Amino acid sequence: MKAALLDAIVAAQAARRPAASITRLADGAQALFDGGHFSGELQLSETQHTEVAGRIVADKSGPLDSDAGLFLRVYAPPPRLLVVGAVHIAQALAPMAALAGFEVTIIDPRRAFASAERFTGIALITEWPDEAMARLLADTMTAVVTLTHDPKLDDPALIAALNSPAFYVGALGSSRTHAKRLERLRAEGFGEEALARIHAPVGLDLGGRMPAEIALSILAQVLQVRYRGAS
Amino acid sequence: MAASMNVTQEDILARARDWRSAGRGVALATVVRTWGSSPRPVGSHLATDADGAFVGSVSGGCIEGAVIQEALAVIADGQPRLLDFGVSDEQAWEVGLACGGRVQVYVERLE
Repeated sequence: MKAALLDAIVAAQAARRPAASITRLADGAQALFDGGHFSGELQLSETQHTEVAGRIVADKSGPLDSDAGLFLRVYAPPPRLLVVGAVHIAQALAPMAALAGFEVTIIDPRRAFASAERFTGIALITEWPDEAMARLLADTMTAVVTLTHDPKLDDPALIAALNSPAFYVGALGSSRTHAKRLERLRAEGFGEEALARIHAPVGLDLGGRMPAEIALSILAQVLQVRYRGAS
Repeated sequence: MAASMNVTQEDILARARDWRSAGRGVALATVVRTWGSSPRPVGSHLATDADGAFVGSVSGGCIEGAVIQEALAVIADGQPRLLDFGVSDEQAWEVGLACGGRVQVYVERLE
């Protein structure tokens, strides 16, 4: 692999820009896809350009269907987790998700909660959730979880999440709390299909009650949706 | 901080680049195909330098030793290699791919 190719991939990753390398396994000749363009010593057909573009969206590395001797390595940006509510569960969820490869951001305007002391090494935003969400622009690689129990904080974040292509939206709270939440969101104009995107009560039903156990159930559900799709 | 214990795929490439910039010989190993159960998905990287220091993984630890041996040869002669490990392969029994799967690993030198 040429140094320039590696440098380009590392730079693309730092910028959260999707990139890919294509390697002819027989002799090591390579091409780079970055910023929508192909370059390098390996020439690909138009059909293969299209195939590579599709595989990047699906984050699917492996041999090309059109030529198994060409290996495609997709470098998709890492998934993000936006957590609204710097609460006890968030203190467990943030490091767990970071370990699983997520870029984690905690959003909570209550500075007593969102303190660097409680969240060492985790990105903290103390803006109101609607302002923060408008700036962070949840994409298809983003999961959003609300944990505050407070409609003033949770609802604006959920509204922003439902208006985004986020692959996962989850909200802490009992079934009764969630029923009331759905009423409020219906009043905001959301239809049943949009509201069905919200996972609530949040997390897989593992039976645990401790903050770390609930955090684990939330992370497990986020991963399940990411890899298996929403059920 | 817990997250710093985690070595991501991005970290592996950045480390490989840093090693190379420092003038060290470096090889990059990549899982290019898997059959049956295998612990690391296609695309997983392992980078190693000429002294055998490595970061990342291409299996659950079963074949790393053999891959690093081959990587040293790749660093020495610059020829990329396509390695095959699996239960149908006698050598794989020796290096012990206990999960019973088969995995193909491509090893190339950073130029």
